[in-house]
Amino acid sequence: MSSIIASRVRQKRVAQLISHGKRLDGRELNDYREVQVEAGLIERAEGSARVRLGKTEVLVGVKFEMGEPFPDTPNEGVLTVNAELVPLASPTFEPGPPDENSIELARVVDRGIRESKAIATEELVIEPGKKVFVVFVDVYVLNHDGNLIDASCLAALAALLNTKMFNYEVKEGEVKIKPGYKPLPIRNYPVSVTFAKINDKLVVDPWLEEEQVMDARLTMTIEKDGKICAIQKGGYGYFTAEQVIEASKIARQKAEEQRKLVMKE
Amino acid sequence: MPVFYERRQLVTPGDLLAENDYMAGENTHKENGRIYATRVGLVNYEDKRVYVVALKSFYVPIVGDTVIGKVVEVTLGGWVVNIRAPYVAMLRASDALERPFKPQKDDLPSLFDVGDMLIAKIVAYDRTRDPLLTILERGLGKITRGQIIEITPTKIPRVIGKQGSMIIMLKQETGCQITVGQNGRILISGKSPEDERLAVMAIRKIEQEAHTTGLTDRVTEMLRKEKGEKEVVKNVTQETGKTD
Amino acid sequence: MSHKKPEKLIDENDVRLDGRKLNEMRPVKIEVGVLGNADGSAYIEQGKNKILAAVYGPREVHPKHLALPDRAVLRCRYHMAPFSVQERKSPAPSRRELELSKVMRESLEPSIFTEYYPRTSIDLFIEVLQADGGTRCAGITVASVALVDAGLPMRDLVSACAAGKVDGRLVLDLTDVEDKGGEADLPLAYLPNANAITLLQMDGMMTGEEFEHVVNLALDGCKQVSQIQREALRAKYSVAKEAEAEKEGAEAGEE
Repeated sequence: MSSIIASRVRQKRVAQLISHGKRLDGRELNDYREVQVEAGLIERAEGSARVRLGKTEVLVGVKFEMGEPFPDTPNEGVLTVNAELVPLASPTFEPGPPDENSIELARVVDRGIRESKAIATEELVIEPGKKVFVVFVDVYVLNHDGNLIDASCLAALAALLNTKMFNYEVKEGEVKIKPGYKPLPIRNYPVSVTFAKINDKLVVDPWLEEEQVMDARLTMTIEKDGKICAIQKGGYGYFTAEQVIEASKIARQKAEEQRKLVMKE
Repeated sequence: MPVFYERRQLVTPGDLLAENDYMAGENTHKENGRIYATRVGLVNYEDKRVYVVALKSFYVPIVGDTVIGKVVEVTLGGWVVNIRAPYVAMLRASDALERPFKPQKDDLPSLFDVGDMLIAKIVAYDRTRDPLLTILERGLGKITRGQIIEITPTKIPRVIGKQGSMIIMLKQETGCQITVGQNGRILISGKSPEDERLAVMAIRKIEQEAHTTGLTDRVTEMLRKEKGEKEVVKNVTQETGKTD
Repeated sequence: MSHKKPEKLIDENDVRLDGRKLNEMRPVKIEVGVLGNADGSAYIEQGKNKILAAVYGPREVHPKHLALPDRAVLRCRYHMAPFSVQERKSPAPSRRELELSKVMRESLEPSIFTEYYPRTSIDLFIEVLQADGGTRCAGITVASVALVDAGLPMRDLVSACAAGKVDGRLVLDLTDVEDKGGEADLPLAYLPNANAITLLQMDGMMTGEEFEHVVNLALDGCKQVSQIQREALRAKYSVAKEAEAEKEGAEAGEE
């Protein structure tokens, strides 16, 4: 039976190594694990992608529905992001309604997409003020080996890039589907970079054992031009102001590297 | 040897009180050679030791303390007692019975039931389990008469007074039995409700003015004045023949 | 009821809609010990924000399986009253409230010596009675004071303030209108003595340089908030400023 309780000896080792600038899996402090991106594997979804970040595995599916716009944005489509920490992904995930962790995950992924205006939501209007497309981005965590945020953001981006909308025309107030597809209009490519603070050092892309010894976690989402569009600190510890600034610089560089991996798919 | 406040100044958590040479006393915390306050209170420096007299804190069990508790649950082997602390306390059936507990014969609720108040002593307490009580000593046991009032635990020492001076005076002036629980509960048992009322009044005054000087004298004066007035009223009604 | 977004949030003289300068905080008022039943409580008004915080604990954990063997568990509920916002909000906890409850808890826990009270819970309730932007920061600020009022041993007070970018300018302490109509909002919570940032979030868009400025602006706001918190605590307890340990008094009961 697997247990997520890390032995103290191992925890100490993980933390000690990091004080010396090394990680247990051989990575440098700023290195990501190997990334594998596979898009379009769920045909029933309008868009989908699976990302493997080391052993962490996240699947994102994109679906469309038609609905009403929000009252303060009558000429924009709607984006909804949901995340599920599926019980099979970890002995610590239990079935049930979304808990604070899955809600936080969903909202951080959402923030990256929304604030970077990645989706051209003005192009998702069917009838201004009345009918728009609602884009559902569902994050499905399949295996938890650390850094769900970055894996989910990458998968969401890849899924959106993979998403196709059906062609349609509005006749007598009714939406009629026409043959053919067009890609979902995407204008930005947000990528999140997550740090863990361990023994006062920042490490990029913490894996599960590092997450178990970390003081705190800091995620920065960077859009295509290097601007920061979302930040989320998590965990019970803290960061100094200097560490936060340092992280923002490293994040901009790492995000660019990660973005290239997804875009070439 | 830098200190940053004057004696008896009001400090708040996180205030830097002293550096290096000093030792961290009550309600302070030392980190990297610096000593910070951890509660709101009055700071004091005494022989290289800095401490804070907290103005607001709750009771934390100490082995040996006398406490007044309320039974909140009867369990299979004893009772769960509320002692106004972060932890509930336990009183074992075998302690109350002074012999091993026989579940078939002994009916625990008949000894103490939910809602009963008792005076007990803490015999054991550590980080891994809830405090354990005993009622085996003299003066301990179920409370059957009198009234119980609650005050902030930090004021209890003031109610007792230096070498018991305050509480001795209170007992004399009011004629009441007064049992003080370290957990902020006080049992007052007098010959009449009037006597008990005087004691309650005195204790409330002590609670309010705990930080002042000459308190024992002022409380004594107040009690005598109250009793004096009562005498006057009694005499008046006797004269006029009216009854209260 | 819909509201038109104002044309400009800041005018050519760098004056904001409510008359404030760019780096000016809204007026803050804090009262300590306002509720009778809670172990600790406090109330804050910051601009139009009206928020109440209450603490129960340390007390027994229910359900028991949530207890931690080596320290107290802090539970935090951030909740907005249905009448606190322009359009009535359903009383059921929203996803936003759940997320904020989590990040607020994570911002406050480092300040409490939870290791002194294993197997207990400290329950913190933050109720937003009226909201006008920056409620999570004001909520953290008032919650920290309530924790002190509960007599809990603390490393430091946690002070929180948001800064951001509105109409191209970097500003401190955004109102709701500024948050919705501006370019970025960055809430931050800080323990001044430890130089520790315990809450940091951002939504919007800003460059690296802007980010550095905004963080410093927010830290500055936090330092101002910290002063106000301490003054409020002093005001509440200043009655006892005269010597506590007197001739007749404290029989070394505290030590």
